[in-house]
Amino acid sequence: MTVRTSVPETAVATAKKKRVLPPLLRHVLFALAAFAVVVVLTLVTDEFTNLRIATIGYYLIAVAGLTLLTGLTGQVSLGHGAFMFIGAYTVALLVRRVPAFPLWADLLLASAAGGLAGLLAGAAAARLRGPYLAGATLALAVGLPALTRRFQDFLGGSNGLSFTVHSRPSGIAVPELRWQTWIVWLSVLIALVLVVNVVRGRLGRDFRAVRDDEVAASLSGIAVGRTKILAFLISAVCGGLAGGLQAFLLGTAAPGSFTPALSLSLLAAVVLGGLGSLWGALWGAVALVYFQAWSEDLADVLHLNTDVANNLPLAVYGVILIVVVLAFPRGIQGGFQRLRGLLRRPAEKKENNEKH
Amino acid sequence: MQEFLDLTLGGISAGAVYAALGLALVIIYRATRVVNFAQPALALISTYLAYSVTKATGSYWLGFAVAIVAGTLLGVATERLLIRPLRHRSELSSIIVTLGLLLVLQAIAGMIWSNEPLAFPYAFDFVGRFSANDLFVVLVVLLIAALVLVVFKYTPLGLRMRAAAFAPEVARTLGVRVGLMLTIGWGLAAAVGSLAGLLATPPFLFPNVLDGVFVYALTAAVLGGLDNPLGTIAGGFVLGVGLSYVSGYLGPEMVTIAALAILVVVLIVRPSGLFGRAKVRRV
Repeated sequence: MTVRTSVPETAVATAKKKRVLPPLLRHVLFALAAFAVVVVLTLVTDEFTNLRIATIGYYLIAVAGLTLLTGLTGQVSLGHGAFMFIGAYTVALLVRRVPAFPLWADLLLASAAGGLAGLLAGAAAARLRGPYLAGATLALAVGLPALTRRFQDFLGGSNGLSFTVHSRPSGIAVPELRWQTWIVWLSVLIALVLVVNVVRGRLGRDFRAVRDDEVAASLSGIAVGRTKILAFLISAVCGGLAGGLQAFLLGTAAPGSFTPALSLSLLAAVVLGGLGSLWGALWGAVALVYFQAWSEDLADVLHLNTDVANNLPLAVYGVILIVVVLAFPRGIQGGFQRLRGLLRRPAEKKENNEKH
Repeated sequence: MQEFLDLTLGGISAGAVYAALGLALVIIYRATRVVNFAQPALALISTYLAYSVTKATGSYWLGFAVAIVAGTLLGVATERLLIRPLRHRSELSSIIVTLGLLLVLQAIAGMIWSNEPLAFPYAFDFVGRFSANDLFVVLVVLLIAALVLVVFKYTPLGLRMRAAAFAPEVARTLGVRVGLMLTIGWGLAAAVGSLAGLLATPPFLFPNVLDGVFVYALTAAVLGGLDNPLGTIAGGFVLGVGLSYVSGYLGPEMVTIAALAILVVVLIVRPSGLFGRAKVRRV
């Protein structure tokens, strides 16, 4: 159980030379740098762009969660919109019913609620494979938002729940939306540091082993069922947090935002970014926000009628899913990696020649 | 008691539709080991074509025929253009591609016919308990299901299709055109799916109209074991009646969640479906 692979000593030596800092510290420093970049970006852009940056933030954590589940562990979820739904309604209910709770507690509870749902889904999912799992999670995405109509008084029916959060301390003189964007990104980056640490660590190795060959994984002492449930749990916590942040940002939670199409567009983002790469999640999240924006602009420019304009983003996501799988199975991040490989190869050759 | 009877009869006619769409999924799954998530969208496009033809000509049955033919062609095109290039790739690839097709076709339907609900007619009079239309739905589905089973089991074409699905290499050496058989399977399935769409859609047609039905059909197919046509048809009727009780006694909003609960419970107790045979997974 303890030693799975034997690493040649030279490789260890080079790895040590490269990594002076422990991984967790490196990831924290990286996240701080990223946060600084986001703060600068929000300061130099207008309110409208701030909102887009914040939107990219919560999509990023949702897509990263789905990447961990689908790309790294090989389980399909067509129901991640349902976990976002749970997170969003948790925040909405807490803000309305328990206004005394601070925002960070609301967001933590939203993540926990998402995680709880993920645990249940995962327990079922551990026994399901491929198409069965896809079907079950699709049923979750279709069925859950309908509950708002069943419990009209509690969940506000199809209009959803609206609320206002005053998260900004009075001493800080920045526009509300900019402050909200910072909160969103701060939460997302904290969550991402944890996710990256999991993925780079032993659990991440277990995930990939389960994805590549379940039988081989269980023969090497990995509890396959438990690993799958853990992947679902982490992934759903990310989804819950994403939903909670969305509700916090928009001040509303309504069933119309959590259609099955949302779940499918999250999957499109994962596939486009590159299955199995957390960097891919960033490209996917950016694409999700900007394809929506661009197709609105395009519809404006071409004076498309509203029927065409409203359906354009979905058509684009669908085409992306098909084209990427057929022609570029490794997505955007795969393209970057290939590019880096091409750039690095001449340098390596030189090094080798010098050695001989 | 009166209500119970109404719910049971309503459930039978709803279940017939789930059985038909489930059958479409099973035919494809048997042929190519792909769950066709685009099935509701293929049926949706055919149903919209039926709407346009019926509106232009005034004949419901002309629209009906056009829908079935269009559905078949869409199924054939999907297999040839999207599924065949993926035959050596992972299960995930085909799931993602069919989902992409689902999104594209639903968006196209919305672009052409708008997202607003359009009135779509029933085939026959639909008023009252177990109306003429309900009877028609149940009879048509039973007839088609019987036809599909007979074709698969007793005709040379069916034998070739089964051979192509289960032992493609052997079938090929015996002179079966495996690729053609898979294409025929997709066409046949999409035709059955379009029929299900025509029966399930009334009274209103809009791009997401078949989403719910698709979830129930998939549930029915899984209940039946996913590669067992007879089990799927039984699963469809059982699910239709069961969900009709849920809708009547607990509220229509609970139906999808109930379907999910049934799906999960059945799969935990019997991972290969109620009527499926346990399979040994090869390493």
